[in-house]
Parts: sequence; C-alpha cells; structure tokens
Amino acid sequence: MPQSLLNAVDISKSFAGVHALKNVSLEIKPGEIHCLAGENGCGKSTLIKIISGVYQMDSGYIEFNGKKFTKITPSEAIALGIQVIYQDFAVFPNLTVMENLAINTELAANRKFVNWKRMRRIAEDAVAKIGFKVDLDALVGSLSVAEKQMVAISRALMSDAKLIIMDEPTTALTKKEVKALFEIILKLKEQGIAILFVSHKLNEVFEISERFTIFRSGELVVTGSTKELDDRKFTYYMTGREFENRVFVPEKLTEKPILELEHLGLKGYFEDINLSVRGGEILGITGLLDSGRTELGLAMFGLKRTDSGKIKMHGKDVTLSSPRDAIGAGIGYVPEDRLSEGLFLPQSIGDNIVVSELDKLRGGMGTYDIAKADEEKQLWVKELGVKTLDHKNAASTLSGGNQQKVVLAKWMAVNPDVLILNGPTVGVDIGSKHDIHAILQKQAKDGMAVIIISDDLPEILQNCSRILVIKEGRFVAEMSAEEASEDAILEKMM
Amino acid sequence: MDTVKRIYNKNREVYRLLLIIVLWMIFMAITKFKKFYSFKNFQTIASQFPEYGLMALGCMLCMMTGGIDLSCVGVANLTSILVVNLLIAQFGAEGSMPLGYTVVLFAVAVVLGAVAGAFNGFLISTVGVPPILATLGVNELLTGISIVLTGGSPVSSFPKEFCELFSTNIGGVVPVRLVMFIVVAIVIWFMLEKTDYGLKIKLLGTNQNVAKFSGLNNVGLLMKTYITAGICSALGGMLMMSNYASVRADYGSQYTMQAILIVVLGGVSPNGGTGKLSGVCTAIVLLKLLESGINRFHNISSYYISLIWGGVLILALVMDYFSNGQHKKV
Repeated sequence: MPQSLLNAVDISKSFAGVHALKNVSLEIKPGEIHCLAGENGCGKSTLIKIISGVYQMDSGYIEFNGKKFTKITPSEAIALGIQVIYQDFAVFPNLTVMENLAINTELAANRKFVNWKRMRRIAEDAVAKIGFKVDLDALVGSLSVAEKQMVAISRALMSDAKLIIMDEPTTALTKKEVKALFEIILKLKEQGIAILFVSHKLNEVFEISERFTIFRSGELVVTGSTKELDDRKFTYYMTGREFENRVFVPEKLTEKPILELEHLGLKGYFEDINLSVRGGEILGITGLLDSGRTELGLAMFGLKRTDSGKIKMHGKDVTLSSPRDAIGAGIGYVPEDRLSEGLFLPQSIGDNIVVSELDKLRGGMGTYDIAKADEEKQLWVKELGVKTLDHKNAASTLSGGNQQKVVLAKWMAVNPDVLILNGPTVGVDIGSKHDIHAILQKQAKDGMAVIIISDDLPEILQNCSRILVIKEGRFVAEMSAEEASEDAILEKMM
Repeated sequence: MDTVKRIYNKNREVYRLLLIIVLWMIFMAITKFKKFYSFKNFQTIASQFPEYGLMALGCMLCMMTGGIDLSCVGVANLTSILVVNLLIAQFGAEGSMPLGYTVVLFAVAVVLGAVAGAFNGFLISTVGVPPILATLGVNELLTGISIVLTGGSPVSSFPKEFCELFSTNIGGVVPVRLVMFIVVAIVIWFMLEKTDYGLKIKLLGTNQNVAKFSGLNNVGLLMKTYITAGICSALGGMLMMSNYASVRADYGSQYTMQAILIVVLGGVSPNGGTGKLSGVCTAIVLLKLLESGINRFHNISSYYISLIWGGVLILALVMDYFSNGQHKKV
C-alpha cells in the first residue's frame, strides 16, 4: 500500500454561519484516479478550493507528500504540484495556443522581451506530453470546448504537477471527446500523476475511477473502491433516498395513433421519417448529436418547416407553421436548452407555469383571471413537487432539476395529447431525474402520448416502451423495450 | 425602519421619484414660493405634460417588450399636419369647424397612428429589423413626408375650434388635455393589469425565444404594442397642435429623448421584461415639475435643462443601486 499523496483530514468550512463542509476527509494515493461525486451544492467545489488554496479551512489540516499544512495559499499549492482545471478552463480566448501555454513560464521568469522561438519550444513540449495535436498559432477562442480543455491540461502539466483536479470536465463534451479525455487521464496516470475527477455522472465514475468519495450536504457519506459500487448504491449515497428504478410498462394504449408522421423530410436534416404514437405509450428517439433528432423534434412542434411528407394528428392532416399551431393541434414540447428556450429566468415561477395557457385563463370581458391563474400556479408547484417557498420567486432561484420541473409544469397545465421532450433530464440532479421520469410515466398511464428524444441510454431504456434509433437523418432501427439494450442501440447509432 | 424599507421596496420606482418630487417641492418652496406655488402654474403644468406624456406611455409599452419607439415625434407631427390639411380641405383656411367634427379628427388621428405603428410593428416583428433602427428609420421617413407636405414652414391658418376646445379647462379647473391623458392612461392600465397582455409582453420582453417556444403570439403582441404606441403618439400630436395652434414638421423634436428618459426613470428596464405604469406616470409629472421650476429662475438658461435631466436620471439609477443591496462591482 503506497503512502497517500494527499490527505485532507477533518476539514470544516462555513460561509456566513452556513456549514459548507462538516469534518470531511479525503485521501488520494499517488498515481490514482479518484472520483469525488455529489449533487450540486454538496461541498465538492468548496473542498477543491480549499485544497488549491483559494479558500482557507476553518479547522482540520491537509497533508501533501507527508508535509502538514493548516493553511495553504494558491501559490504554495501550485509549488506543491496541485493543479486545478476549472469548468471554464481559465484560458485567454484572445491569445493563441502558444501564448496561452507559454505565458506562465514567461511571467514567472520575469522576461521583458518576447522570444517567439523559445515560446514555441515551450508550447511544443507542453502539448507533446499528452500527444495533443493542435495548431499552436490558432486563437484559443476559436477552438472547441474539448480543445480548450486540452490546452488547460497541457498548461497544468507544465509546472510539474503531481495532482490534477478536474472540476466536472465532461459537462460540455460529446461522447467521443469524453473518450479522448479518458485516454489522456489514463496516460497521466501512467506518468504517476494523481487525478481527482469531480463528477456527478454515474457512468463516468464507474468507467474511469479506481476509488471514489461521495459528499452529501457538506458531509462525507462514503469513500471506497469503485469495484464495490453499483448503480443503486451510488444513487442512494448521492441523494439519501431509495429509488425504485421502475421500468415503464404501458397499460392501455389508445386504439388509434394520436400522432403520425409519413415520409417527413427536411433537406439537410432528416428524410423519410415514419412514425406513429398511441396514447399511453412512451416512444424513445435516440441518436448522436448531429443525427437530426433535434431538428425532427423542432419540426413536430412547428419550429422547422418540413419540405416533404405529412404530419397527422388523430388521423387528420395538420400544417404546423408555428408552435401556436402545434399547441392548437395538441402537441407540447419541452426544449433541449432550458435556459434559452424553456424558461423566463428572471420572471416568477408561477408566470413560467401559466405562460402557455394564458388564453384559457380569461374571466368575463376577456380580462385576465388572476385568482384562477394563482390556483393553477399553486396546483402545479405542489403537483410536481417544485421546491420553493413561494411561486412568486424568480425561476432563476431554482436548481436545475426544479427548473426542469417548472418547464414540465407549463406543459402539464396545457395538457397536450402528445408531449415531446428533448433531453428531459440534461443537467438535472439524480433525485429530480427520478421524479421527472415518474411524472412522465404517470402521464403516459393517464393516456398521453409521450416522445422522449435523448441520448441518455439508461433513461431511454427505463422509460420507453418502444425505441427508434436515428442516424444521419433516417430511422435505422426500431426496437421494443424487451429486445433493446445499450449495446444494441449504440451499435445502430454509431 | 424595516416597515418603511419594505414599503419603499414594494414600489421602489414610484417612491424614489416621489422622494425627488418632495425634495424639489421643498426647494422650490424655499426659493421661489410665490412664483411656483400658484394655481395658474400647476394648471399650466397639468395642461402641458400630456402631449409628451402620451408619447412616453407608448414608448413604455415598446420598452417592456425589449424594444423602443423613436418615431413618436415623427408620428405626432405628421398626424397633426394631415389633420390640418383635412381641416383646410373641408372648411377652408379661414372657415370654421363645427365642434362635432372633433370626433372625426380623433378618428383620423387614431387611424393614422395605428397605420404608422403597424408599419413599425411589421418591420420589427416580421422583417426582423432591430426596433431602434426600424423606429428611427420610420421617424425620419415620416418627418420627411411632413417637410415635403409643409415645405418645412409652420401652418397656422386653419379652423381653430379644435385648438380652442382643447385649451379650455373643465369648470375652469381641470385642463381638457389632462383628461385626455388620464383616459389613455386608464386604457393602458387596463390592458397591462387587467388583461393578459401585460404579462405576455413582459414575458416576451424577457426572452423572445422562450416566448416562441411557449407558444406566445410574438408577432401579434409586437404589432399590438407598436400600434398602441403609434396611437399614443398621434394623440400626443393632436395635443401639441391644440397647444401651439399651429403645426410644423419639427415641433417637439426634444420629446423623443424626453420620452425615453421618462420611461427609464419610471423604472422600465431598457432590456425589457419589467415596468409599471405608476412609475412612468410619476416620472412624467416629475420632469414637468422640474422643468417648470427651473424656468422660474431667470438667470438659469433653459439650455441647462438637459444637463439637469441627465443628472436626475443618474441620481435615480444610483438610488436604485443602493436600495437594491446588490453592490456588484465591475
């Protein structure tokens, strides 16, 4: 058993009387990949900031390489070899890759004149360490998220790092990019560098880490070897709640389909799309990011005009040229991006709930029936368990999961015949994710036709009674819940 | 103290302006009591602010949707010029107009305002021109038409019965123009507070894209807003005409900036999504009180008025900053 590299013991920290961390401990061994998990607000970020010297701990101590500290400054932390890669990467978008990489060394050496040759050499060495291929003269602002992250990692490695802390590094990455990142992490491990990987995504924790630590509400819940962890335990440790992963089984389907698409096509996005959904079932549509799945969703809600084929509701042809048409026809749509498409963030939770049914909330003389609207707001806040003291609070005060419930409430209030959800639980905590799935399953049981568009395969498998796989704008497979599996879907989708 | 703070925060836009009004009234009482505190002076104030007050009400609606209306003065002048042309055509430059014809004049003004507003609304909602450019362009266009129609000179010989009617005071006390303003303000209050239009334009102003995804009729709402604003401006033009007893292509050119100043001062966010009628109405009155008060000092040139208004706007924003409790630093 090697001696530990980092040993944080009994760390406490409070802000304005609120305990962010209560006597938590964390041990990382040299060259190990350790995963720190927990829901938003559990104290993960606070601990990282204490280790890297941004915050001072109230009590407890940190041992690094056998040296004991009760107080650590950012520059001490860097000198010790602790590097943090934040979610925003802290790179300079207006400088080139080379400048970004060389700037620390140049500044540290207090050089007054620029030597481009030397800078290029420094930069080349830096990217070579992780085998990162990039144009050194490209502006960092023009790179993709994944490439920016690589620049940040390369920079972190330059200063002889022993421990690299990555704060939710996969949030904005595609599946492919995540895979590339994991390869680099393994490469770093070979070089004897320990990685503290912060995440709340179960599959990542399983895939990459050897040991894990889980925090909940500022307290250490469990720490151990990833081998002993399973799905159920992970969820329980994270949320403190037991969930039944109820696989959806449709009960009674309507005799006739509610929504039908016939040979629907939109040049450049999708073509020859046929599907039909009955009331009472949950249909899953899954595919890669650019498979046309989002455009198909938008087309079913009147936000993209299709150029061939037909859309039928209850057997009758409909033309959807705007979301108003779609709502009028009985279609609701929970968009992909809650922040820019789903919610009026600074406005009240209540107003966000009733926005789509305002035309129905009219009293005599066409006036706005405020009392009735208030009833609706309270009803849906309660029905969906939105955690707020008052529906007059701004939607921006809610956590991601509760915000998503508000978007869902908006459509429950309209009560459409077909509800299309594009990525219903993206960026949502595990507890709310379960709640949202339960709500959708209940809606389907009550006769609604639900379509989930998602690339979260466990979500699709658990909730959908039928699964369509879309690839390059065409449906390539249809599976029933029984015959579907993650591997089978992945094979069709790639 | 806490209750005072709570009441203040409940309607901050209004109370901070009332506070400035009170301070100003005290200042005027100390310095120019006799000249300022006269019935006549207050009556004059009440008969003068409605013309740009109406424009500010229209501009407020536009700003709540996240837009702006820079065309109010252009609409006002073109409306009054066309109405005068109609009067001259009907009754001759030296003739007289039966009082009942006032209804026709207003009907014409409302239609003209609605058409101009619809044009703004069409450019913004359907063509997708940014509101600031669309309304600026329309303002130039309408002012240009006005100049062509009048040759740029004032027109003062036309039947004046309308002007006289709107310069009287009901019972010798309440100016007719003030009544006109109050009627329009009540209509807008009803639209904002009693129908779902108010909530809808605030949501639209917060985020147009979300509004679209939520099935709001963005085009319809913007059309309604700019048409209402156009009608407000046209009515403002009628009041200007009655006040000056003449029409010209460039009367009231300072009113555009004044209307925007009022709306922002009244607590409407230039980014859209917020706004209260009470705040804007208080700001309208405040501005006129300030202007009228300053005019009592003969040694202060009226050129200083812009300077003082700028100061008031910044003061209001600073007060907002401190009472908000959010001391965000750049």
